[in-house]
Amino acid sequence: MFRLDGKVALVTGASGGIGREIARALHAQGAVVVLSGTRQAVLEDVVASIGAEGGVDRLHVCPADLSDAAAADALVASAEEKAGAPLAILVNNAGLTRDTLAIRMKDEDWSRVLDVDLAAPFRLCRAALKGMLRRRAGRIVNIASVVGVTGNAGQANYAAAKAGMIGMGKSLAQEAGSRGVTVNTVAPGFVQTAMTDVLPEAQKEKLVGSIPLGRMGQATDIAPAVVYLASDEAGWVTGATIHVNGGMAMV
Amino acid sequence: MSEIADKVKKIVVEHLGVDESKVTPDASFIDDLGADSLDTVELVMAFEEAFSVEIPEDAAEKITTVKDAIDYIEKQKAA
Repeated sequence: MFRLDGKVALVTGASGGIGREIARALHAQGAVVVLSGTRQAVLEDVVASIGAEGGVDRLHVCPADLSDAAAADALVASAEEKAGAPLAILVNNAGLTRDTLAIRMKDEDWSRVLDVDLAAPFRLCRAALKGMLRRRAGRIVNIASVVGVTGNAGQANYAAAKAGMIGMGKSLAQEAGSRGVTVNTVAPGFVQTAMTDVLPEAQKEKLVGSIPLGRMGQATDIAPAVVYLASDEAGWVTGATIHVNGGMAMV
Repeated sequence: MSEIADKVKKIVVEHLGVDESKVTPDASFIDDLGADSLDTVELVMAFEEAFSVEIPEDAAEKITTVKDAIDYIEKQKAA
């Protein structure tokens, strides 16, 4: 089950903790994986690490700065060129945070997060959908966040972008459904990555206390949900959000 | 038949997978050729690409038959 042999997958933010695990998991299922991110050297390290287990064939690197609209628009085409085949799976995983309380939030903090976390995924979806609709096949998986549903003090920008991503995904799912293309969302809870490493220890302890399963998540908890939604077996699931959060928010 | 009409017909046949004989000037994309709303948007985008014209949303909404498409593109090309 859940084999992805020969399918081309593009994963953005593949140099980050969750992104590299998603890339590794898709690759392990047989997919041809194009890893995108801003840091080429880190991406190459990730490829070397995945390749050490499964071989470096079926792995490609395609750096892009998603805060640049033109770069986001061009990424699907360049990924397809690298992989030498049309895109079957798009995973919008790239995202960044600029946390601060709203009364201190600068316009730039707001627009940068909205640009990278919401506008860029839309651009990638738009570019990917053109081909997927024509081919009558495709899987889009957007990585949102639990805070897009619950909100979080200090993350008005990030929560807005992630909530937007969920609404966007549901709309695209309705547009693309008649062509067998699915669009779904995975909403991770608090996962141990560079993004959450910066949180104060006391806050982390409090967070873990609010998680019924009693621990922070690992990237390996998230990637299997993406594999499932990318698979042929998930062909009757669209517009859905899978919450992977240790029970922190049961929605 | 004009070159534009020929090309429009070809795009419609290709995209909707219908028999060429059905693609008459009066044929409606939705009522006669089995297109859905997404097909009509994709058709308009295919016309834009093939003829290097821009078809704004309000004009695209009025293109419901093969003849509508041919007329619109011929007008744009003549301008």
